[in-house]
Amino acid sequence: MTNIAVRVENVSKSYTIAHEGKRYRTLREDLIALIPGRGSPRTTRETFWALRDVSFEVPRGEVMGIIGRNGAGKSTLLKILARITKPTTGSIDLYGRVGSLLEVGTGFHPELTGHENIYLSGTILGMRRAEIARQFDAIVDFAEVEQFLDTPVKRYSSGMYMRLAFAVAAHLEPEILIVDEVLAVGDAAFQKKSLGKMGDVAKSGRTVLFVSHNMAAVEALCSRALLLERGRTAFLGAASEAIGRYLEQHDRSGSSSLIDHANRYGKGGVRVTAIELRDLDGRILDATISGATIDVALHFTAEPSAARLPIIASVMLRTMTGTPVFLHHNRLTRTEFGTLPESGMFICRIQYVPLAATTYLLSYSLIAHGEIIDAIDDAVPLSVAEGDVYGSGEVPPASHGMVLIDAAWRIVADNPMEVAHI
Amino acid sequence: MSLISSPDSPVSPALIHTRITPDRGGVRLPFGDLWRYRDLLLVMAQRDVKVRYKQTGIGIAWVVIQPLTAALIFAFVFGRIAALQTSDIPYLPFVFAALLPWNVFSGAVGRAGGSLVASAQLLSKVYFPRLVIPISAALGVLVDFAVALVVMLILLVAYGIPFTWNLLAILPLTVLALLAAAAVGTIIAALSVYYRDFSYALPFLLQVWLYASPVVYATDVIGAGARPFFALNPMVGIIDGFRWALFGGAFPALELAIAVCMTVIALVIGLIVFARVETSFADVV
Repeated sequence: MTNIAVRVENVSKSYTIAHEGKRYRTLREDLIALIPGRGSPRTTRETFWALRDVSFEVPRGEVMGIIGRNGAGKSTLLKILARITKPTTGSIDLYGRVGSLLEVGTGFHPELTGHENIYLSGTILGMRRAEIARQFDAIVDFAEVEQFLDTPVKRYSSGMYMRLAFAVAAHLEPEILIVDEVLAVGDAAFQKKSLGKMGDVAKSGRTVLFVSHNMAAVEALCSRALLLERGRTAFLGAASEAIGRYLEQHDRSGSSSLIDHANRYGKGGVRVTAIELRDLDGRILDATISGATIDVALHFTAEPSAARLPIIASVMLRTMTGTPVFLHHNRLTRTEFGTLPESGMFICRIQYVPLAATTYLLSYSLIAHGEIIDAIDDAVPLSVAEGDVYGSGEVPPASHGMVLIDAAWRIVADNPMEVAHI
Repeated sequence: MSLISSPDSPVSPALIHTRITPDRGGVRLPFGDLWRYRDLLLVMAQRDVKVRYKQTGIGIAWVVIQPLTAALIFAFVFGRIAALQTSDIPYLPFVFAALLPWNVFSGAVGRAGGSLVASAQLLSKVYFPRLVIPISAALGVLVDFAVALVVMLILLVAYGIPFTWNLLAILPLTVLALLAAAAVGTIIAALSVYYRDFSYALPFLLQVWLYASPVVYATDVIGAGARPFFALNPMVGIIDGFRWALFGGAFPALELAIAVCMTVIALVIGLIVFARVETSFADVV
């Protein structure tokens, strides 16, 4: 075994849920419960395993991702690693100083100035005052808040606040860094900056445990990833494979029938029951190819009371890592559907699929009077196979760009006479 | 348990090793951790002091006004109207001398007692020795104490009471008052995470405690036989000690000895209670 930074052995964590719904006890109830046979009868207790037998090791200098759906146990695992809560069974060994960043702005006090908050937040995160003093200029520099150092942070814009908070945390120098979804905050420029900083941390040889829903960030930063599913290890290994399995998990419900889809939301009245891809002859397709013309058919049922709603139907395509590719809806083409039949299809014809070969996720929504009637995010996967778009037998892969544009090349010389003589 | 390491795994000895295991119900006193986080203790105490008087018109003047007003009211009600006996000392300095340690005690207990619940957000987001919170909250009262002590010295001059070397005893007595407060404060802080009842009971408890301590009256009014039981309240020894340091008279040796014993016992209980419940704060708070 070489240079292990983090070793987690058979860690489980259970919570007791009191179905009464109260989070703290009162003295009287506990005293009554001590009397035999007088326990409060309405309180039923149930044990919930947030984490079950999770084991893994992280070598020093590795960036490991922890992914999984909400409630899979990611946050619980982080809280145990960060020593905020204890495991119920199992053990963890951490070799090195641990810094945890479960939130941006931990310990900031709104009444205190930026200067004071740097020291407050820094010491809470485990830095010594001397260390903070040494890093002070770098922190202020990174956060770009020099002129506001003596202003209470409650007067900061949210962007400034976020930058300062992240800057303090980013200048922690622990051997092991535990990071939660912190990159999900702030504007795009800030996200890029903080992602870059995370990359630097990794390159400097420190061990990072990184929890995120942002698969692009996980893919960019992590070599390995742990996929959690209902508190158990579903996969542990190469980050790309873990992401693949996570996305699979994500689409397991994505067969064309959507009737029992769990993630449906909206007011109801009109419901999309299935989504199909069809070619121009109406044949149902499993996948399409780059450059093809296809129909996306949203099968729906409408209750009579909803038949007169002025529906705006939209389809949106995202990459597996969550980047939007396109959105289209019938208001863009000023199409009105009129009175809805009891059941039918909204059909969106895509004249030209300008997409590189890979799998995308299709979302839809039905909106009327500014209200969501029915919608499912990432409802079904949409696979695009390679098509000879340019007639040359060569198409760039998806990793070089999601979009296959229609373009042409030529050459123009600065001296027109030169070309003419070739 | 397939991943158990061989004991000779090549881990650099310079790295701090932390082992996280389930809560086995043992008591581990976190003094090492507390020492490592001493800077946090200081910065948190500073924060409490800074924040307290921000956005107040007269700021730090409140530190003088509060105890002085209390002393004046006591002087009027108990000194004038009820005309309580205070040996030979004028009532105002007599009661102010007792309010010095009493305010250290009640202030520290009050602030420490509610501190954990008030820091719930922090407890669930980051690890540090949880004792930092009640202790730093309690330390904040020392600023108020320092200012009130200056007022006391002015009162001594104003009433023509001579300064003596006994004044030096104030230092250890203040430490004793803080320790007693830390003991009571940590117990209440820890328990109010589980039972909010303690937050509500705290002001009432302190009110009763004030009258059970010789703040507005002299210990002399208690019969000699009852004195040792009365002194089980550590504030009795501490307050009598303060009065001795400021005005002279007989040294309250018995009361102080009992106060020291009671404080040590309470501190041990407080630390044990705190350590027992500390690990599950984040799950409950």
